[in-house]
Amino acid sequence: MTPKGDKGKEGDSSFAKKKSRRPKYSRFSQQELPACKPILSPGWVVSIFITIGIVFIPIGFAALFASERVVELQFQYDQDCVPAKYKDNAVAYIQSNATDKTCTRKMPAVTSKMKSPIYVYYQIDHYFQNHRRYVKSRSDDQLRSVAKENSTSDCAPERFAKNGQPIVPCGLVAWSLFNDTYKFSVKNKTIAVSKKDITWKSDREKKFSSSVYPKNFQSGGLIGGAKLNSSIPLSQQEDLIVWMRTAAMPSFRKLYGRIEVDLDAHDEITIELQNNYNTYSFKGSKSVILSTASWIGGKNDLMGIAYLTIGGMCLFLAICFILMYVLKPRPLGDTSYLSWNRNASGGRLNF
Amino acid sequence: MTSNRPLLIPSPRTPSTHDLPTLPVFPDSAKPSSAMDSENPQPTLNSSSSRRSISSVQSKPSMRYGSRGADSEGAASQKEMNDEDVRIIHINDLAHTNERFEFSGNSIRTTKYSVITFLPRNLFEQFHRVAYLYFLVIAVLNQLPQLAVFGRGVSILPLAFVLLVTAVKDAYEDYRRHRSDRIENNRLASVFVNNQFQLKKWKDVQVGEIIKIEANEGIPCDMVLLSTSDPTGVAYVQTINLDGESNLKTRYAKQETLSKLPEKDRITGMIKCEKPNRNIYGFQAFMEIDGKRLSLGPSNIVLRGCELKNTHWALGVAVYAGRETKVMLNSSGAPSKRSRLETRMNHEIIMLSLFLVVLCSVVSLCAAVWLRRENDNLDDILFYRKKDYSEGEVKDYKYYGWALEIVFTFLMSIIVFQIMIPISLYISMELVRVGQAYFMIRDSQMYDEASNARFQCRALNINEDLGQIKYVFSDKTGTLTENKMEFQCASIWGVDYNGGRGSLEKDQLVHNVQIDGIVLRPKMNVKADPDLLRLLRSEKDTNEGKHVHEFFLALAACNTIVPLVTDSSDPNVRLIDYQGESPDEQALVYAAAAYGFMLIERTSGHITIDIQGERQRFSVLGLHEFDSDRKRMSVILGCPDKTVKVFVKGADTTMFSVTDRRLNLNIIRATEAHIHAYSSLGLRTLVVGMRELTASEFEQWHSSFEAASTALIGRAALLRKVAGNIENNLIILGASGIEDKLQLGVPEAIDSLRTAGVQVWVLTGDKQETAISIGYSSKLLTRRMTQILINSSSKESCRRNLEDAILMSKKLTTVSGNEHSTRGSSGDGITSLALIIDGTSLVYILDSELEEKLFELANRCSVVLCCRVAPLQKAGIVALVKKRTADMTLAIGDGANDVSMIQMADVGVGISGQEGRQAVMASDFAMGQFRFLVPLLLVHGHWNYQRMGYMILYNFYRNAVFVLILFWYVLFTCFTLTTAITEWSSMLYSIIYTALPTIVVGVLDKDLSRMTLLSYPQLYGAGHRQECYNTKLFWVTMVDTLWQSVAVFFIPLLAYWGSTIDTSSIGDLWTLSVVILVNIHLAMDIIRWSWITHAAIWGSIIATWICVIVIDAIPSLVGYWAIFDVMKTGPFWLCLLAIIIAALTPRFCVKFLCQYYSPSDVQIAREAEKFGNLRVSSPVQIEMNPIMELPRR
Repeated sequence: MTPKGDKGKEGDSSFAKKKSRRPKYSRFSQQELPACKPILSPGWVVSIFITIGIVFIPIGFAALFASERVVELQFQYDQDCVPAKYKDNAVAYIQSNATDKTCTRKMPAVTSKMKSPIYVYYQIDHYFQNHRRYVKSRSDDQLRSVAKENSTSDCAPERFAKNGQPIVPCGLVAWSLFNDTYKFSVKNKTIAVSKKDITWKSDREKKFSSSVYPKNFQSGGLIGGAKLNSSIPLSQQEDLIVWMRTAAMPSFRKLYGRIEVDLDAHDEITIELQNNYNTYSFKGSKSVILSTASWIGGKNDLMGIAYLTIGGMCLFLAICFILMYVLKPRPLGDTSYLSWNRNASGGRLNF
Repeated sequence: MTSNRPLLIPSPRTPSTHDLPTLPVFPDSAKPSSAMDSENPQPTLNSSSSRRSISSVQSKPSMRYGSRGADSEGAASQKEMNDEDVRIIHINDLAHTNERFEFSGNSIRTTKYSVITFLPRNLFEQFHRVAYLYFLVIAVLNQLPQLAVFGRGVSILPLAFVLLVTAVKDAYEDYRRHRSDRIENNRLASVFVNNQFQLKKWKDVQVGEIIKIEANEGIPCDMVLLSTSDPTGVAYVQTINLDGESNLKTRYAKQETLSKLPEKDRITGMIKCEKPNRNIYGFQAFMEIDGKRLSLGPSNIVLRGCELKNTHWALGVAVYAGRETKVMLNSSGAPSKRSRLETRMNHEIIMLSLFLVVLCSVVSLCAAVWLRRENDNLDDILFYRKKDYSEGEVKDYKYYGWALEIVFTFLMSIIVFQIMIPISLYISMELVRVGQAYFMIRDSQMYDEASNARFQCRALNINEDLGQIKYVFSDKTGTLTENKMEFQCASIWGVDYNGGRGSLEKDQLVHNVQIDGIVLRPKMNVKADPDLLRLLRSEKDTNEGKHVHEFFLALAACNTIVPLVTDSSDPNVRLIDYQGESPDEQALVYAAAAYGFMLIERTSGHITIDIQGERQRFSVLGLHEFDSDRKRMSVILGCPDKTVKVFVKGADTTMFSVTDRRLNLNIIRATEAHIHAYSSLGLRTLVVGMRELTASEFEQWHSSFEAASTALIGRAALLRKVAGNIENNLIILGASGIEDKLQLGVPEAIDSLRTAGVQVWVLTGDKQETAISIGYSSKLLTRRMTQILINSSSKESCRRNLEDAILMSKKLTTVSGNEHSTRGSSGDGITSLALIIDGTSLVYILDSELEEKLFELANRCSVVLCCRVAPLQKAGIVALVKKRTADMTLAIGDGANDVSMIQMADVGVGISGQEGRQAVMASDFAMGQFRFLVPLLLVHGHWNYQRMGYMILYNFYRNAVFVLILFWYVLFTCFTLTTAITEWSSMLYSIIYTALPTIVVGVLDKDLSRMTLLSYPQLYGAGHRQECYNTKLFWVTMVDTLWQSVAVFFIPLLAYWGSTIDTSSIGDLWTLSVVILVNIHLAMDIIRWSWITHAAIWGSIIATWICVIVIDAIPSLVGYWAIFDVMKTGPFWLCLLAIIIAALTPRFCVKFLCQYYSPSDVQIAREAEKFGNLRVSSPVQIEMNPIMELPRR
């Protein structure tokens, strides 16, 4: 059996003359590397499930708890802020330059104390910021360096201004920059909204250059959204930077700013907003959200529920398996279960 | 053994085409002998000056190898060679030779490519594969601007990768061929140029040139011999490179050209020969020289690749050069076969293609619906913006009307979902097979010490078929047996001498001969019967003694053996090595030598035999070679006492019909009884007879022989007739029994295979008795079996026999009350059947409606033994089974007669043994011993099948889960085929992220240890039951895939719904989770974790992570730094963990429940192996026990 075994059977000396082609023995080439061969024994399976349960259920509770502590105020204003006479023709209202877009409303009352920082988001639904035409229509090179100003090949239909100059930043994504603005006040006291550092540091430092300035932006026949101050470099246009991180899902929030003061429970927040952005043509909706944050992000019960469900299922499965093991055990590795042994003992045929 | 097995003389590969129509005159006054001095050890070259005993012979050319079946020669002379089919070579006249025909030069090129042609040619060849074409089409589609889903560079990445890998591999192989070609081309040969011999490189040799070859030199091209150092024009060549046979072949120069020396008299002449062809045993040509027209046959030509041996020099004319030589024409690759698993896999590939089409249709339909619904708003929608205002006029931007949009969406979705068809699987499978082949080749348990032969994998695509073999068709001689013939016993003049068998006293006097103080001794010793020895020494003059004397004289003389004297370690002792094409003859000559009849030299016209210490010369007046019709050969000897005798030896069936029954009926009867006894012991028997010729008989024979051998038309038939006339009225001297020893471990191997549920059929050319006795000794047949014998000589009786047998078998199986008694059970307790059928019956059965019946019957039998079958019948039997079942067949054999069967079977295995390399060349796998079939099938076959089956399913799963994730996302992007996962990750997914682990698992994972598999051969049934790959498993896997993709996709989707998450971040999360998921999925199914597996699995996950980080560190990509930002958040990690657990839990549960509550045999054995209650030791010990002496009696 072992390769050593049959050496010396023949005359070793005579054999050595011929060059032996005997494969060199190594544990690798004989496929005999030391290995561990785990087997799913009931003990293992049950303990794996119990472990998962024990790990998941606390995490689930922690996540739920964190989510519970998040205070979130949401105010959907897209329909609310259209004057009554334009109700049937919201698109015309939004597209018109003549109409007054200002809209002052009371937000829902603060349910419980909100500690700073309070994040201000806008949320748009049914907006496919992940539409293929849309996400491809941008030039990251252009954002990064002045020299690449002309690399606008992917930016159509927002490549060139009427004068033939390249648009900076080009492309549909930048063109459709969100342009609603919000002002908050509590008890007639304006609450400052900080718009600094609402973007990733990496974006500000590397992706959007401090030497690239907007050029020919929103000068075309069709205005998509916000205009940019052409004297501020892109790296400081944080709304643009936020907007350019295209959302993954058709329903998304984007950070608008931060409120650095605490809000007390039952505070009445008045919001004065400019309803400029056209979500009406595709039946999208717009909301503004004030929210505190936790380690799992915003208000999100789903994660906690998912963890509790998975943990609970695993514990349930563990109990099932324990019961099954007790009620109907099978000794592992009992060779009498082998099909041919069963046949020989008159058992059922397995062919 | 087939009927034209080398029972007596020529092996079937050097068949009747050897022919010598006009043989050189034996020079009467040759130079004094120098043969026995040390420089020239070839006794065969010794010429002699002794006179012939029959004077009449001397005046005429002496016939040596008279009737070497002249079939092809006759045919050649009948139809004059058509002028268009010939090439004409003017000897030593290059300009003339090469003016009309473009003969190829002698430089060879086995390489496929040159530096310039490499790129186009290699690409062209690679795109022959459908898989690569698919890649190409997808890549080309992606280059269309309307369809550009991926960046240009990205989309050709996978294609470029596989092309590069393959090209590097091809280039390396080609470089090695190129190097060996260069060495070959630059070898030197001595060529006659400008009236002298000059050294010339091989590549410069041209057709028509005269070349001189020295001893031990290789032959540069195919050439017709003109003369040799031997005065009779004999040259010996070793053809080991050509056909693997190590014995020397004799070739002859024509007597007309013998005396010509190019230096002295200019040789002019013309050779008309056939166009180059690949038949290495055939050659037809005419030579016109000095106005005479000579016919040339295969024995006049020496081929490239051979070496000149035992001949000082030889002169020849190049006729075929370079790539037109027979050896080059024969160098073809291994046959390409397709594995069963791969064929089956194609069904599932079609399913996946349909699925792909469904996905794409869904996407394009939804996209169409959306476009129609939003048709009026498209201009305004911020994220769509149909119109382009940037230039003066307003036009549509990337919008081609909604019908075209649908088509484009469809095509784009095919590009995005392309890896649904797991093209990388084909490449992985090839790599895995290479790895598996490596382990099979390196398996030290499949290395044959005796022949120093490793296992060889010649076909790389059918490794996994080895795990599903249901029928094994085995040759007997050389496969089950060693094909090392050993003389065992003899029946002489009605007396059985078998005292020598088994009881060799060590100090038995080895017969030897002394010449000039040098002892000559046969190379192999044969046990001699002491009685017989005594008889030979003492009773020379009794009747009995005379017959014994004649018997051994016949053994020593009636053959075509060439004795070669070789040096031994002792300077005073030379060993005689009997070289011959038939192992039976060798055994007989060695036996004769042991009894004191030592064949010392053979020259053209005579042989010298040392009889009991006294050298005697016999003139060989004529020789009728063996042919498969007569099944006998004869030699006509002129004895020193001036008598002429004809000695005949042959198969019993034909010999008894030509004996003179009146003379010695009792002896014939006794001999027949002995022969029967011998063959029931498994011995091969030959009958020896003789007759003394009267002068008139001799004259008559001589003249007709002369006429026949010079006849131009129907020479073979004429010679056969002459032989038939002289081989008549013989006195039976006796019979010999030669043992063909069973190979080591054959009974155990057969037993293992049978237990494994493999049906072993033995197809042999031997007699029924021999076959049955080998059947018993190899445990193929057991005493409990009921034998069904079918040997009928008409179709009707065949039918009757078959019907009776089927009835009987039905009765027997119903008695045992078990429909399946013959399968799976090793035959104990239940009556099993053995079918023994002979070749004559098969003639009536094969290719007729009786095939069906035979198959039905054979399926009820646990053993099938076919005896007396011809090579084509072997293939016919394999075809019979192959046609009627879906089960896999394997044919194993060693000889040229097995080639057709090996090629016919699904898997062909060649034994690299005694009988040349034909079988090996035709085979898919080659090995040294039959018993290696057990580790090959039960161990490697099982492993390969399990690995490959799992790998295919896993690859389907792996790609489908990824595609489904992409698909789900498409549903949330307005059906526009945006991928959250970056295009680089999409492409790298099947190349880097997940490729290595499958390959490692496909090569290294083992479900069971070798020990377990060998001790429980029944575990092989897993392959028969297709446990590792079947439609059910496929669908189960696909359902699992669906669930896993849902888990991977929707957990993050819901967790992040309505959040600030951006596409790149969630894309990275999906990328990482799917890669970790599929790797953990694989990890869950791995059975043996060695460090390599660990490295591959965890390494892949780490590599993926690194790749994702690297991709996100490129500022010009959208997802710059996304991974770092998302990794800082809690939900990312929570999602990752939840995905893995949620996705794998169902599979884990189902797997556990299946394993625990309906365990397969493999599963139980695994557990037993792990928990140690497997009785491993005992069967394995029996398995490996070398059985030296078989219980024959």
